[in-house]
Amino acid sequence: MASKNILIIGMGNVLMQDEGVGVRAVEELENRYIIPQGVTVIDGGTTGMGLYDPIRNCDQLIVADAINTGDAYGTLVRIANDDIPAFFQTKLSNHQLGLSDLLALLTLKAEVPRHVAIIGMVPHSLENKLGLTNEAAAGLDAMVKRLVDELADLGVQLEERSEQLIGHWRREAELEAQGLCA
Amino acid sequence: MTTRITVDPITRIEGHLRIDVEVDDGKVSKAWSSGQMWRGIEKILVGRDPREAWSYTQRFCGVCTTVHAITSVRAVENALNLEVPLNAQLIRNIIQTAHAIQDHIVHFYHLSAVDWVDVVSALDADPVATAKLAESLSDWHLNGPHEMKAVQERLKTFVGSGQLGPFASGYWGHPAMKLPPEVNLLAVAHYLQALDIQNHANKIVAILGGKSPHIQNVAVGGVSNSIGHDAPSVLNIERLMLVKNFIDKLDHFVKSTYMSDVPAIGAFYLDWAGIGGGVNNYLTVPDCPVDTKGTEFMLPGGFIENADLASLKPIKTFDDAYFRDGVAESSKHAWYEGDDALHPWVGETEPQYTDFQDEGQYSWVKAPTFYGKRAEVGPLADVLVGVASGHDGYTKYLNQTMDILKSVSGNPDIPLAAVHSTIGRHAARAIRCGVMIDTLHDQWQRLVDNIGTGDVDTFNSPVFPKEEIKGVGFHQAPRGALSHWVVIENGKIKNYQAVVPSTWNAGPRDADGQIGPYEASLMDNPVADPEKPLEILRTVHSFDPCIACAIHMVDTEQKEIVKVKAL
Repeated sequence: MASKNILIIGMGNVLMQDEGVGVRAVEELENRYIIPQGVTVIDGGTTGMGLYDPIRNCDQLIVADAINTGDAYGTLVRIANDDIPAFFQTKLSNHQLGLSDLLALLTLKAEVPRHVAIIGMVPHSLENKLGLTNEAAAGLDAMVKRLVDELADLGVQLEERSEQLIGHWRREAELEAQGLCA
Repeated sequence: MTTRITVDPITRIEGHLRIDVEVDDGKVSKAWSSGQMWRGIEKILVGRDPREAWSYTQRFCGVCTTVHAITSVRAVENALNLEVPLNAQLIRNIIQTAHAIQDHIVHFYHLSAVDWVDVVSALDADPVATAKLAESLSDWHLNGPHEMKAVQERLKTFVGSGQLGPFASGYWGHPAMKLPPEVNLLAVAHYLQALDIQNHANKIVAILGGKSPHIQNVAVGGVSNSIGHDAPSVLNIERLMLVKNFIDKLDHFVKSTYMSDVPAIGAFYLDWAGIGGGVNNYLTVPDCPVDTKGTEFMLPGGFIENADLASLKPIKTFDDAYFRDGVAESSKHAWYEGDDALHPWVGETEPQYTDFQDEGQYSWVKAPTFYGKRAEVGPLADVLVGVASGHDGYTKYLNQTMDILKSVSGNPDIPLAAVHSTIGRHAARAIRCGVMIDTLHDQWQRLVDNIGTGDVDTFNSPVFPKEEIKGVGFHQAPRGALSHWVVIENGKIKNYQAVVPSTWNAGPRDADGQIGPYEASLMDNPVADPEKPLEILRTVHSFDPCIACAIHMVDTEQKEIVKVKAL
């Protein structure tokens, strides 16, 4: 019962270094662990309304994201349920119709997931490149582990893959570091 | 007395747009539009394989993912002079048109309606009177008294819980709010219904694009969809019928609800048909190609000067030199080195940051020009160029919108020139949405018919020469003319520049000191209460601004957003 219909979304812009740490974290999660039935992993990028359907149809939502709390770079934070800020203030850009707005809209429609948790990391640098900063790279393993723990709290024990895979964004970031592009 | 107002969301979220205005005697006398984020994202593409550029460009923006993917492959195809199979053109067209419909619906109901609709006032509405009003406007099946009552109850619970959520920021009770409670309730009902409707468009994108929210099916030379009867991943008649089903649902909502809500609400704000006109030059590019070479289009392109439809100069093909040679970007008032207006193929982005200088540099956005003129892009430009080109759909829906506006307001003398305004941009977006629906039907039928002839081609393989080649790809995106400019050498990207719609509209003063479309549109706007500059938001929002093309970070450190200073 507890393992029914859990959605994990990685949010962020992979072209802006630590901004994309959430996407990189769920990529690692999928490549290190076997994702069981009833759990869906999505690379949400910086989209908002595109996630309406999957979020509406899940019971429990876990989001991995870059979060600016003012804490030290690379700090991991967890914000859950009522503590997730509702961001409906002066809007000048479409991008502000983000995840928190979507959750508020779903609350109004009485279709919000029963449980929502954001596992976040405080980003250090947002330069236009793929590779994470040392601070974020150092925290990535711990962030993945937090996602595993969060799932365990919901009653889902992940099994490690016998052999780790390498995802698209990790491979591209490694190529960039070797100077093979740009 | 002069007051300086700064509306600056950057204090809350990295990047984005800042607007400064000076207000004299209750009206805007000076305006500055400033992009607050360094945008060098294209540099990531240098040295990469041009065939993969689209998978990066679709990460520029969280709203326009498909838009940047399709424009990128068009740029590389243009450099290679590569034809695209008809099926691939049509599949791309269906994806981008469905996306445009979704984007327009969301902009009106979920992003900008709260500038005009007083949500709290909807609690005072009579649901029966609301239903009666709604049924007089259209035959939409969710307009009955039970529906209106249910929405009002839900809203009451929501507001009563003390957490206004999506409505917390509204300027409720602001003197510029003019709708009667019943119209407010009607708008809230459609706001909630539109959430489910916009999702139908997302489904079309997901079915054809292979994956959501980032599509996977785009390729330089076509698309990777295979067409046939067998395996579950291929595009077969069952999937096409599913797409058709979603098109029909979108059609019903857009034509019976969105297209009547906008002029019906606009009728209560007729003063805003005389406020918010921009630079009066309008640019759009042709789109929805229906041949393999990109010479025949469903949507016309061109340039109109001084709001004179007779001045139309058409842009006819993907390779039209009139567009290619006319675009330049100036960084005289932007935080980059150099003052000259440069063509995107030789564009430079070397940062040179100063503080915000009213008379000097004040933005990370450059100022694009078309043959030296500032130009507004977006639905208003699309509609005006469409009407000037004699496009049937644009003409029909413009007339229909004007008729509803006249009938609801009881004012038969509203001139066509009223479209050059804040409310005109919203009307134009609804009109364009109607044209998009008809285009979607048309493209779907063409695809089915073409497959019916036995043509299942979707891809022509690209071959890259050693020497340097250059290309431009463009797209009539939801916010207006988007162009990607690429220089390729030996199969690798040498330079890449994206001139995005909001650059055209949000750009600062140019090399000649001419103000940009946002800045021009804010001049003479009334401001009743400097602490609550609702009027400024109305006009800027009418463009559907989308500046950073990048950042969305959750920020728990919320700071002051509107600053007011007496000068």
